[in-house]
Amino acid sequence: MPTPYDKMWNELNLDLAAHEGLLQVLGKFYGDIYLTQEGRLKGMEYLDFVLSEVHGLRIKELQEAKAQGKKVIGTFCVFVPEELSLAADAIQVGLCAGAEIGKEAAEKVLPRNTCALIKSFVGFKIARLCPYIESCDLVVGETTCDGKKKAYEIFADYAPVYVMEIPQMKQACDRDLWKAEIMRFKAELERVTGNTITAARLKEAIKLVNARRAVLQRLNRLRAVAPAPISGRDALLINQISFYDDPVRFTQKIGELCDELEQKIKAGQGVAPAATPRLMLSGCPMAVPNWKLPFVVESSGAVIVGEESCIGARNTRDLVDESGDTLEAMLEAIALRYMRIDCACFTPNTERLEHIVDMARDLKADGVIHYGLSFCQPYAIEAFKVEKALTAAGIPMLSIETDYSMEDVEQLKTRVEAFVEMLHLG
Amino acid sequence: MPSLDGPGIIGLDIGSRSIELVLLEGTQVVYQAKLPTTFDPLAQCRRLLEGLPPARIVATGYGRKLLLENLKHHRVTAITEIQAYASGAHHLYPGVRTVLDIGGQDTKAISLSEAGKVAKFEMNDRCAAGTGKFLEFMATALQVPLEDFGGFALTADRRIQINSMCTVFAESEATSLMARGERPANIALGLHLAIVQRTLAMLRRVGVVAPVLFAGGVAHNPCVQTMLEEHLGMPVIVPDQPDLVGALGAALHGGRSRRPTQTETAAAS
Repeated sequence: MPTPYDKMWNELNLDLAAHEGLLQVLGKFYGDIYLTQEGRLKGMEYLDFVLSEVHGLRIKELQEAKAQGKKVIGTFCVFVPEELSLAADAIQVGLCAGAEIGKEAAEKVLPRNTCALIKSFVGFKIARLCPYIESCDLVVGETTCDGKKKAYEIFADYAPVYVMEIPQMKQACDRDLWKAEIMRFKAELERVTGNTITAARLKEAIKLVNARRAVLQRLNRLRAVAPAPISGRDALLINQISFYDDPVRFTQKIGELCDELEQKIKAGQGVAPAATPRLMLSGCPMAVPNWKLPFVVESSGAVIVGEESCIGARNTRDLVDESGDTLEAMLEAIALRYMRIDCACFTPNTERLEHIVDMARDLKADGVIHYGLSFCQPYAIEAFKVEKALTAAGIPMLSIETDYSMEDVEQLKTRVEAFVEMLHLG
Repeated sequence: MPSLDGPGIIGLDIGSRSIELVLLEGTQVVYQAKLPTTFDPLAQCRRLLEGLPPARIVATGYGRKLLLENLKHHRVTAITEIQAYASGAHHLYPGVRTVLDIGGQDTKAISLSEAGKVAKFEMNDRCAAGTGKFLEFMATALQVPLEDFGGFALTADRRIQINSMCTVFAESEATSLMARGERPANIALGLHLAIVQRTLAMLRRVGVVAPVLFAGGVAHNPCVQTMLEEHLGMPVIVPDQPDLVGALGAALHGGRSRRPTQTETAAAS
């Protein structure tokens, strides 16, 4: 079916037929998983709209910005400091990597036993399906795990890749390395954009990104209420969209949605009865359109009240200190903020265990589902420690390892339902 | 179709290979039946239900949703096999602390609290390696009737190790052993040991506390039981009709005080 965007997609060198297939699957998936929910917030209409225009209007905005000389920076990880991109007058978008569609293309250049997220972003590129990747003037990779690290070498044959080195420990020398990486990234951004990052611009960018984090923090706090005022699926979608929507508009819209949530809470309204078991997800990120596990969970009589994940609290927990006025002080504050991220690529990573227990308690979660992508060693191994910490805190945990395919949905349902029964009947 | 509640409660366990039905009055089993699942499990369920008095139905097993969606004239609720096996095992042997269920395509290891509640469980993911399906395949490959396969394996005169747990790879491993002249019974024992090793890993993850009950269709296999007992260093209880434990548990669950189950609680959807 022709769309007003065909010309744009064609200019972006997308495989139009395959891309149409992707949009159809996405639309159906979204309809089944999202639009079937009852009593949704009015504020979700904005997100429905943004998602329905995920490859349309937002890409058009990017093209218009590019026509005015702005650069687009694509990322795959919450370690890439968006403040710097914004201060260089660029647009930063999180590239999604949550669909299986490019898997076959990816397996031509990657081993089969590679995590679904890596296969997805490589597949999207090789199969020419993602208008975001095609819009990027720079794609920033990072060394969080061996799989991504080595995949970027292959990805670099197809896209303009720049890789940041993420330390794996949190000693003084690691902080020095990270600070040096931030300076190197700053220089690269200035090279790509032709703009100089000034103290005034950086200050503004820090405030902007902090404001978006703050509104997502507010959303998370409101989810601590019983009955849960918003479904986990909707909250996940909000977090997912935060990675590619315009940050000013997004922050305003989510602020309005939070106002609506407060009204609902005052009226004692929720998306599920107060007695519904409350679950928190923890582990690997769920990128658009990976809604598989949340849908299974919320179709099994439970409601999700939090995501301890990069597309969730890990990305919004910490703000950058806004008190610095000099460029040096602000860069230092940025380096410190990002070093607080509790990614499983760090050793040791005890702060993550503390965060999970605290978060589960704050959100009054009855249980935690630990979600690992198959072949993601850091999270798979850390799951054992997470379970130990949660057990000590008296919070049951179910460990799930899966990928983007639908072949294990029935087994997943049985396990999730049994976990919910256990919490309900226990 | 009967739609009113009778005095009884029916438990139906719709597994990948067979469907079991138990009719309870109070806690007494007054009727039980079993049919193969076939390609039309719903028709098989209807056959099992034919002629039975009206009763509430509690469905379990992988086909539980099928009943929820299709038997609209009955009052059907559903629970998972994990809950069903736990309830059934606790009812039959109230002190049981660990339940192992090996069915046609799933293996579950369940740890029970002293009060008989599910405390922790493990279940295989998408792959049916090490389940009844595996034994069925291997029995066919060795041309031994499935029901005799365990006894046949126990006639082995030496232990060989089969390294692969994947049905396809294990079969080719067995084939090359046969080509080397290995006795079929020894190969059969090796295949059983492979299942037991995999099962032990799941049991250890939930923590093995005695007494252990072994149920599900594969519990009919004497070799799996013997090898489990040997490796665990403790006796393993196998009930008289190990494949009925799920249906029994489902029915018992329906008879308990009416607490909402997952299908009755309004989901967040």
